[in-house]
Amino acid sequence: MSTPAGPPTAADAASTSLPGTGITVALFATCVNDTLFPGTPKAVVTVLERLGCRVVFPREQTCCGQMFTNTGYFDEALPSVRAYAKAFADYDYIVGPSGSCVGAVRDQHPMLARRTGDPGLVVASERVAARTLDLSEFLVDVLGVTDVGASFPHRVTYHPTCHSLRVTRVGDRPFRLLRAVRGLDLVDLPEAEQCCGFGGTFSLKNADVSVAMANDKADNVVSTGAEYVVAGDNSCLLNIGGVLARRRSSVTPIHLAEILASTEEAAS
Amino acid sequence: MSEQTHQRLTPAPPSGQLIDSPRFPVAAKHELGNAQQRANLRHATHTIRDKRARVVGELDNWEQLRLAGEAIKNKVLRNLPDHLVRLEASLTANGATVHWARDAAEANRIVVGLVQATGSHEVVKVKSMATQEIELNEALEDAGIAAWETDLAELIVQLGHDRPSHILVPAIHRNRTEVRDIFREEMGRYGTPAPPDLDDNPANLANAARGHLRDKFMRAKVAVSGANFAIADTGSLVVVESEGNGRMCLTLPDTLISVVGVEKVLPSFDDLEVFLQLLPRSSTAERMNPYTSIWSGRREGDGPQDVHVVLLDNGRTRALADREGRQALRCIRCSACLNICPVFEKVGGHAYGSVYPGPIGAILNPQIRGTASEVDRSLPFASTLCGACGDVCPVRIPIPELLVHLRHEVVEAKKADHGVHLPHAEPLMMRSGGWVMGDHRRLEAAQRASTLGGGLLGRFTDHLGPLPWPLSAWTSARDVPTPPTETFREWWRRVRGDDPGPAASGDTPAGHTPEETR
Ligand code: SF4
Repeated sequence: MSTPAGPPTAADAASTSLPGTGITVALFATCVNDTLFPGTPKAVVTVLERLGCRVVFPREQTCCGQMFTNTGYFDEALPSVRAYAKAFADYDYIVGPSGSCVGAVRDQHPMLARRTGDPGLVVASERVAARTLDLSEFLVDVLGVTDVGASFPHRVTYHPTCHSLRVTRVGDRPFRLLRAVRGLDLVDLPEAEQCCGFGGTFSLKNADVSVAMANDKADNVVSTGAEYVVAGDNSCLLNIGGVLARRRSSVTPIHLAEILASTEEAAS
Repeated sequence: MSEQTHQRLTPAPPSGQLIDSPRFPVAAKHELGNAQQRANLRHATHTIRDKRARVVGELDNWEQLRLAGEAIKNKVLRNLPDHLVRLEASLTANGATVHWARDAAEANRIVVGLVQATGSHEVVKVKSMATQEIELNEALEDAGIAAWETDLAELIVQLGHDRPSHILVPAIHRNRTEVRDIFREEMGRYGTPAPPDLDDNPANLANAARGHLRDKFMRAKVAVSGANFAIADTGSLVVVESEGNGRMCLTLPDTLISVVGVEKVLPSFDDLEVFLQLLPRSSTAERMNPYTSIWSGRREGDGPQDVHVVLLDNGRTRALADREGRQALRCIRCSACLNICPVFEKVGGHAYGSVYPGPIGAILNPQIRGTASEVDRSLPFASTLCGACGDVCPVRIPIPELLVHLRHEVVEAKKADHGVHLPHAEPLMMRSGGWVMGDHRRLEAAQRASTLGGGLLGRFTDHLGPLPWPLSAWTSARDVPTPPTETFREWWRRVRGDDPGPAASGDTPAGHTPEETR
């Protein structure tokens, strides 16, 4: 979809006018994106580097562990908690393209760490949790930008995923970012704040209810006439997109980061 | 239960025990097939949701009210025994008789005994969740006492041989045509019949109910109620309602018996200030409920002269013992979490196998009933963890967190069962998945299998054979994109080289960053 624009040039750095100049960001790709949607973390790299950040990918990272935690397997989530605390211990800014995984790190890792009774892990988990941000939070709050220089001349509708909305609480940041994208026609999604029915293992344990909910969401998406349905979480897009694809709908799911990475040059 | 042997006094509810209900996914699938019910639920929940959002939006101190409600309830729960003893003393001083009931059986025994002592063979009832929970109506029926529901929606449920499907609107799953049919069919069997030409006009339906209930109210010697709040300092009980039937029950009969969960106690009368704002806006989306009845024991020549209060535990102290889980006891039964819940909207209340459905049911039932039954084990999983419930809860119960907490309890219970039941594939799968995620090299190895085809989840199936929740559950109605041939980390290594590991500081420009060539 998007072609990374490449790291900042020497001329960029010299101008020092870029909002990210001098900032190192540790990319938290998330296991789902790493494995199934590599285009999304690549897009994050593109956007952050375009804004002047230095991006590193600590390869010891694995997963936020929420599939285990949210299914009730707390002990089984601990290896992920430990791996996360270790991989990201040395970074001031840890940025991930997922409201859900970022929310799991911030909300659940300290709780899981406390259960172990290991004070070192508690401190380490709290420290990385406080430094972990969703891409939209990092762009708007830390870099202070809403216009990231993107161009995406298409009709899109935004689904505010539940964990972005009610766990990570990214608020209107994605809207502000989308509104600043050149050529983008943002249309309201009816019943936008209603869950798409994914819910991690809920989608399998309660598949019938999950599909009924996903169909409602797909109906609302199709009703907008949008070409793309955009969200900050690929898991939810997998669910919505799964139903849309089964219907042979022409609406394409796309991650927010990939829209933000798109430029006129990349499109041409 | 006494079905066949003697002529019943009141309409028989569906057979079987709620606790024996099927697991939520099975019951939910069944309910999903009911298209009429789905339409009714969708219409009703969306209407009340929007109204609630409007009236809550009118108050600029709503969040402060929620914080106050949470704080008062937390104060109560921290010292529950003290508040209850104070409540007992002030109720007794006001001329009421206080009874303590450990469980449903004991509460039912007490109420049956009290009604029998009056010589009456029937009672009128104010809508009450506690008496639904203990299935008091059936206990009374077994003792030859007819219990008549007087709340309009409860009347529809009772006459319809049905069970409530919602805390506040027990007949939310019915539309008015169904109500008309129930009234026409059943009212005559149990009292004043519906007019033969009754149509489904709401005003006419309400009139039919009024006519049916009128002589029940006029001849009733005993009423049974619950209470929304029990005030410790003044020894008062409070019932809020919309229809006025409750007021009739609370004032006309000679004897009034109230069954009250122990968590309903509030320290002081002043606390009502907070809850009488939180409750109506959250439940019926009204600024103020039409009827608020407050009675403080017995008053000579005014209202019931024989006043009893049955304080009910029935699993509440079990919940209280769990520091996390006890937060569910803050619940004021407003139903806002049911109305906002996208899962409840799809399946309705019956799928939850309890008089407490929806998100609150999913966290309350496994605590007060325990996690021994199939249905109670499935309830904490009956949610996508979307979080909408927690955001609307007027007493700030972190419902999603408690769902996760209880999922953990269920998992631990399942693991402990291992010697008894057949080994379950899920714990094995989770353990190996957790192990994979403990080290990036294991994840990379697993990803290599994934990029060869199958995807992240598919990887698990290849290894472990039959799954408790087969992946076919996904693909029966949803497509899956073909997994990419290169993971992100493979791409990174290919174009960027190996990253400075954790040994390198993030702040110093450590190592080189190879130029990406594209
Ligand atoms: S849990 Fe909260 S929202 Fe749900 S019924 Fe109880 S008080 Fe209302």
